[in-house]
Amino acid sequence: MADKTSSNAYWAANIRVITVSMVVWFVCSFGLGIILRPALSGIHIGGADIGFWFAQNGAIYVFLVLIFAYAAKMNKLDKEHGVEE
Amino acid sequence: MDQFTLNLIVIGLSFALYFGIAFWARAASTSEFYAAGQGVGPVVNGMATAADWMSAASFISMAGLIAFGGYNNSVFLMGWTGGYVLLALLLAPYLRKFGKFTVPEFVGDRFYSTSARMVAVICLLVISITYVIGQMVGVGVTFARFLEVSTTTGLLIGSAVVFAYAVFGGMKGITYTQVAQYVVLIIAYTIPAIFISLQLTGSFLPQLGLIGGYAPSGGDVAFLEKLDSVVTELGFAAYTADTPNMLNMFLVTMSLMIGTAGLPHVIIRFFTVPKVSDARSSAGWALVFIALLYTVAPAVGSMARLNITTTFWPGAVTGSAFSAPAVSLADIQSNPELSWVNNWQKTGLLAYSDLNGDGLIQYVSEPAAITAANKAIADAQAAHDAAADADKPALLQAVTDATAARDALLAETKVGKAEDSPTYAELGLVGNELTTVNNDIMVLANPEIAKLPGWVIALVAAGGLAAALSTAAGLLLAISSAISHDLIKGALKPDISEKGELLAARISMAFAIVLATWLGLDPPGFAAQVVALAFGLAAATIFPVLMMGIFSTKVTKEGAIAGMLVGLISTAVYIFLFLGWFFIPGTNVYPNTPDAHFFGISPAAFGPIGALLNFAVAYIVSSMTKAPPQDVQDLIQSIRVPKGAGAAQAH
Repeated sequence: MADKTSSNAYWAANIRVITVSMVVWFVCSFGLGIILRPALSGIHIGGADIGFWFAQNGAIYVFLVLIFAYAAKMNKLDKEHGVEE
Repeated sequence: MDQFTLNLIVIGLSFALYFGIAFWARAASTSEFYAAGQGVGPVVNGMATAADWMSAASFISMAGLIAFGGYNNSVFLMGWTGGYVLLALLLAPYLRKFGKFTVPEFVGDRFYSTSARMVAVICLLVISITYVIGQMVGVGVTFARFLEVSTTTGLLIGSAVVFAYAVFGGMKGITYTQVAQYVVLIIAYTIPAIFISLQLTGSFLPQLGLIGGYAPSGGDVAFLEKLDSVVTELGFAAYTADTPNMLNMFLVTMSLMIGTAGLPHVIIRFFTVPKVSDARSSAGWALVFIALLYTVAPAVGSMARLNITTTFWPGAVTGSAFSAPAVSLADIQSNPELSWVNNWQKTGLLAYSDLNGDGLIQYVSEPAAITAANKAIADAQAAHDAAADADKPALLQAVTDATAARDALLAETKVGKAEDSPTYAELGLVGNELTTVNNDIMVLANPEIAKLPGWVIALVAAGGLAAALSTAAGLLLAISSAISHDLIKGALKPDISEKGELLAARISMAFAIVLATWLGLDPPGFAAQVVALAFGLAAATIFPVLMMGIFSTKVTKEGAIAGMLVGLISTAVYIFLFLGWFFIPGTNVYPNTPDAHFFGISPAAFGPIGALLNFAVAYIVSSMTKAPPQDVQDLIQSIRVPKGAGAAQAH
């Protein structure tokens, strides 16, 4: 196991990355796709209003980018804190 | 060559492929049986996870649900993909670092208690068995439809196929078979979608077609706008119409997301990769392969909906639905391009009836008042026919009165939603004449409706079977490992040899297949409702307990056990209140209607509330009980850092 101080700093950094990612996750699906849809009905992407597009397609693309960005960021953090495999 | 022979050839070839792979990749050790020797790369594991995850419901039913539910059913699209973000960020890397074989094993070690492990086994079995029932029904229905046998025979053939490769192959065999099944199902899904998108929008990519222009009228009108105008003209809700209940939509989406992240058969797929960093990226790859189908599904649903509507209202292709007569009975019988209507009527998924006797089949959304008025006439007529001669004149008057009341209703009811929409009487309609349109027809009949060649239809058959079989195999593995590894080795007979455990795993899988087949023959309640239960329970039990186990150092065994039990019982009771105790029809306390639901929360939306109750109870109970011991604190610190993952620990 890594020494305590290093793993505490690593864990705190990990929690920060997770928190930011979860905000993005929530905003693109529940936010834009459901709660904000009525407010944003004037904005269109092609033939769909933006809320509809996020609910049926857009949120999925954001999820994809989010997971790979998280994986890349964590690989970097693993190395910085010397806890990589 | 006729369609049936073509189906047989394509399905037979795909099965030969699965059997070949299963023989090549058969499991020789418990590590291979439970976790494929932890040697599966992240991309391959992602593909296998996608096949494991996408069931008959995703492949056959989802596009139809979206086609008829429109925007409101986006819950499936967001819910069944957003869960992978939770898996990648909150569960998969830490559980892989833990490095053992099953979900209950983690619960038992982290919460230092065999009782906690057994409660987790119970939750896992309830979730996986309810889920596998739906899959076996799907296997039976799909085999029956494409092999032209009874549903029972179809189910038995399907069980035999799963038995052959899952029992011998274990996780290793299942993984590589699922990769092949993924390839078959994604080709089968996307080829018809691309053709239809080209026909309707001129766009090669269905994802762009969905937001593109409608080609048959020149491309100036957006496809979605065209679809909305056609369906509302016939009295249906617009495809893009807003949800009637935002809170419920929010909660259903959340339930599906955290339920996905809490499904044991999905979680155990992340035990198969070699490293912690692979577990993170593998969730991303899984979502890549899932997104290939899920981003296409709304295009398939909406385009098939427009196709089926314009088939019955040819005028709607370029103008108003009522600008030309509806499709005629004579055309349905003789036009080869419409032969699919009668083909699918045989299966019961589609039914029509010329109610007004004008030789045309008019497809409209029939208001409940007209349905009731027509039924009143039929009831009065039946009473008249059954009565003694002396009573007939009075009863004949009742028939006349009912007919007059119905006709008055027809004269004042508009077909569409617009102000200038014609009334039923003006169009000479007495009701909707396309009496049955099953959701599943949107995918199953899609190639025929779009006039695609026979080999595409055969491919869709093989794809539907691949989707159902791959999910059933993954679930059966989760069930058998919970029995052989957690129940037998973990509690009943800890000194069992590896060879003995491998045999026990195979026997429990065989037993699970027999049980699932038996339940599939006589499913309790509706398969779709049963799946809602599985997601709700996964959301309210497995997801919270895993998350607390990783992210909190304070939650104790008493807290975890109390939390799981509260999540399990509250969610199950809420669902049973509306759907009947153990889904037995007629035993529900309240009717399953939006008005009767507490705060408008449907049974399928209760998962997040069960999860909150689970978290709350676990924290309160933990604060009152003795903190977890030092070796558990060390375990938590160790799963939080990737260093030192390696192979599964012997134990």
